[in-house]
Amino acid sequence: MTGTEAGIPAPAASVAAFARPAPPLPGAKVPPFIRIKGVTKRFGTFTAVDGVSLDILKGEIFSLLGGSGCGKTTLLRMLAGFEAPSEGRIFIDGQDMTDLPPYERPVNMMFQSYALFPHMSVERNIGYGLKHEDMTASQRRDRVREMLDLVQLTEFSHRKPHQISGGQRQRVALARSLAKQPKLLLLDEPLAALDKKLREHTQFELMDIQDKTGTTFIVVTHDQEEAMTLSSRLAVMDKGRIMQIGTATEVYEYPASRFVAGFIGSVNAFEGTVRGVSGDLAEIAVPELGGAVTARAVPGLGPGQPIALAVRPEKIALSRSRPEGVNVIAGTVRDLAYFGKDSLYRIALPSGRVLSVNSVNARRHGEHERVADWEDAVWLSFDPAAAILLKD
Amino acid sequence: MNRRPVFLITMLAFGFAFFYIPILSMMVYSFNASRLATVWGGFSTKWYVSLLSNRQVLTAAVLSIKIALLSATFATILGTMAGIALARFRRFRGRTVFSGLVTAPLVMPEVITGIASLMLFILMAEWIGWPAQRGFTTVTLAHITFSMVFVTTIVHSRLVQADAAIEEAAMDLGSRPWQVMRDITLPVIAPAILSGWLLAFTISLDDVVITNFTTGPGTTTLPILIWSKVKLGVTPDINALATITVLIVGFGVAIAGWLLNRAEKRREADAHLAYQENR
Amino acid sequence: MAAAHHDGRWARWFNRSGWIRITIGAPYLWLILFFLLPFVIVMAMSFATRTPTAPPFSFGGEHPLLNTEHYARLVQDDLYIRAYLNSILNAAAATVLCLLIGYPMALGLTRVGRAWRNVLLMLVILPFWTSFLLRVYAWMGLMGSNSWFNKLLTAGWNLVVPADWALRSIPMMNSGFAVALVTVYSYLPFMILPLYATLEKLDLTLNEAAMDLGSKPFAVFRDVTLPLSVPGIIAGSLLVFIPASGELIIPSLVGSSARPMIGRVISDEFASARDWPMASAVAVALLLLLVVPMMVYTHFEGKSHARAEGGGR
Repeated sequence: MTGTEAGIPAPAASVAAFARPAPPLPGAKVPPFIRIKGVTKRFGTFTAVDGVSLDILKGEIFSLLGGSGCGKTTLLRMLAGFEAPSEGRIFIDGQDMTDLPPYERPVNMMFQSYALFPHMSVERNIGYGLKHEDMTASQRRDRVREMLDLVQLTEFSHRKPHQISGGQRQRVALARSLAKQPKLLLLDEPLAALDKKLREHTQFELMDIQDKTGTTFIVVTHDQEEAMTLSSRLAVMDKGRIMQIGTATEVYEYPASRFVAGFIGSVNAFEGTVRGVSGDLAEIAVPELGGAVTARAVPGLGPGQPIALAVRPEKIALSRSRPEGVNVIAGTVRDLAYFGKDSLYRIALPSGRVLSVNSVNARRHGEHERVADWEDAVWLSFDPAAAILLKD
Repeated sequence: MNRRPVFLITMLAFGFAFFYIPILSMMVYSFNASRLATVWGGFSTKWYVSLLSNRQVLTAAVLSIKIALLSATFATILGTMAGIALARFRRFRGRTVFSGLVTAPLVMPEVITGIASLMLFILMAEWIGWPAQRGFTTVTLAHITFSMVFVTTIVHSRLVQADAAIEEAAMDLGSRPWQVMRDITLPVIAPAILSGWLLAFTISLDDVVITNFTTGPGTTTLPILIWSKVKLGVTPDINALATITVLIVGFGVAIAGWLLNRAEKRREADAHLAYQENR
Repeated sequence: MAAAHHDGRWARWFNRSGWIRITIGAPYLWLILFFLLPFVIVMAMSFATRTPTAPPFSFGGEHPLLNTEHYARLVQDDLYIRAYLNSILNAAAATVLCLLIGYPMALGLTRVGRAWRNVLLMLVILPFWTSFLLRVYAWMGLMGSNSWFNKLLTAGWNLVVPADWALRSIPMMNSGFAVALVTVYSYLPFMILPLYATLEKLDLTLNEAAMDLGSKPFAVFRDVTLPLSVPGIIAGSLLVFIPASGELIIPSLVGSSARPMIGRVISDEFASARDWPMASAVAVALLLLLVVPMMVYTHFEGKSHARAEGGGR
């Protein structure tokens, strides 16, 4: 298992500065609210989830992030009770849930397709789960009204699901799954069916509702931006395993492996060899960059060791004149794309390797005054702290 | 959802026992040596021998097949036209009546269709002198009429499912409407047309009631022959005939199912391969 | 395309719009001539007068095409009323039984694995492709008083009932029970197939959602599966009920002559009594009885077509 708990030991101060105000960080003496212990799920010969262990705290928004087929949805379905783990146990609030059927778990789910009952009105959809609660009819009505209010759908309460918009349907699904006040809410790709604008708006709405209700959320998503904005912590999954767990900043700035570095954001990755270590800096020979570069060292480096070096495009500076300092490389602009707030440059190095470089368009300029143009000779440079060294 | 639905599986088992016990019992008793059709008197194949040497049965079977081939073919042509008309020509005069005419025979009790067709033929003979007598022609005409709507239903539902955009694409690439129909639409619905033909063929081959009303002297189809025999009670040679029918149909259905299954598996494998390559 | 220039006027007409006219016109005319016209004739015949001629009717006479005597007899003679009642009751009983047996079977089919499902579906359809007549005939063999099946049932009966109720064989043949049983047997596939088609399309995540919200399996069925399968229930029920009410073969072979059924009455009036106007009146009355269920069916079919067309756009 790769860095389940700790990942790469990161300078805590820099992380805390960026992290979303979250419940007590891992390591603090709070018992985990949800404990997934060595859970494996096999379908025939295929292993969908492979020995996952995970602790989640009360009140967190925790994201499971990964591509299709990485096992995130299967893990979610095991939490809901739709699939039984082949191995391992699942605890919620100290209780072993592994063998309970879905209808006896204090867990509710918001489905990717929303799974609204097409033959019931919005109101009846939201109230459906309350039928099984021990409450009076008027209490039920009040709760439904409260939920309608929470998602601002009071005036649509008598409509059927096909008579409201996609965004409204999403809110009905959310209200329905929150109506029973579950200890844990599972959200399967909650925003995938919405268009871009609505998605951004809804993200903040979800966070707001989570704040109000204090429910623990586990979100499954393939969208890294969604995971990073929504969650207090996230787990990156691949092939049924957890590759890294951490806050958005930890995972982005200190990826534990080549997979995570490549999966979250984009990255220029190179193969190299350690030449030597002095203090907290390491010298790495990278043939594709035409020589040696300096990077912030990680523990356990020795000369001659093969290692990967990764630099994010936005951490590379681009200039026409040769800058001072270390890690300076010459190149030629092969291609450029203008996105408005920034531009993406594709820079060809003498070795033939092409690098991606992001440059923020901080100044307003015209067509012919940009930093560099097609076929221009330019200089690239990056800070040793920006270079990520990856042993895995 | 991992638990086995025990109740449903039990009901399936009971249901299939209900379906097949009578048929299997009939097949077993076709090898009964006793003349009493329901009392076991030892194994024998004599009923098959007597059946296959029975001129009357063979003539009736040949006649039935002739009528079924002819009526299925015409029913398929007319039924396909009606299916295309309903699915692709959205507005024409009398469309509502037309779609009513296409659904009504599906649910009409056969007795009513039967006497209605017979009266038509008799009145036509009175008024225009044709058909002079009832028999092969009138039976075939009646079979075409009530089996064509089954073809229409199959073709129509297939056309509705098919993506109309491919027809628009063909038109965009310069085909005229008639060429689109010939080059795109008909090939797309070919499987539906084939299964429509098969259904029309079986319906015709199996029909008793409508044939009983529209046939005339000397035109005895196989179901009519069986009908007149079983009205008198259970006889061993009908058991043998039924066994042969079930075996032929079962064999045909099994082969068709196997072919379909294989095609589906190949399609799945292809899709999987394409998906792998695209990654 | 080039050929169009050299072809004659007929070919040009055909390519431009003629093929559309033929495609619509040919089946339309055929159905008007061989399906609609016969019904108009039956209508007219029910108001005609019976004559001892050949053919045995006249549209003229004292009341040309206004002879309502047959309809009057329909109400007066209790043979007809009993026949209608027997037929409707039998069809209704068969429909309910088909639903009770067919629904769990159709639901079961959607729950078995893919490979098995194809085989089992084939097994549902197989009897449908074999002869209807022979399927009825198979039960004649089973129900007869000497058959192994009857003996088995009789033994079972004698085992559970007090000694003086013991029977030598159960009188199954030529009874209302026999007609209902064979009707269920013959029409069961017509119930299973539309039900299966509806149930198979249901989104299983709805079941999961209901379960997630606290419903046990039976409540999930009651709240989600059952209400969403109503279109299939209606289609299947009508496909059984309508043809079963006019059924001729089953009552003729396994029914009792003491319990007249409407299909047999029509056939007998026509063939044995040679009273064509009366047969027509009975048929028209049956049609009137069935017109509501038939309209419901056509309406639902039309709606599902419209939905499919809407989806295809």
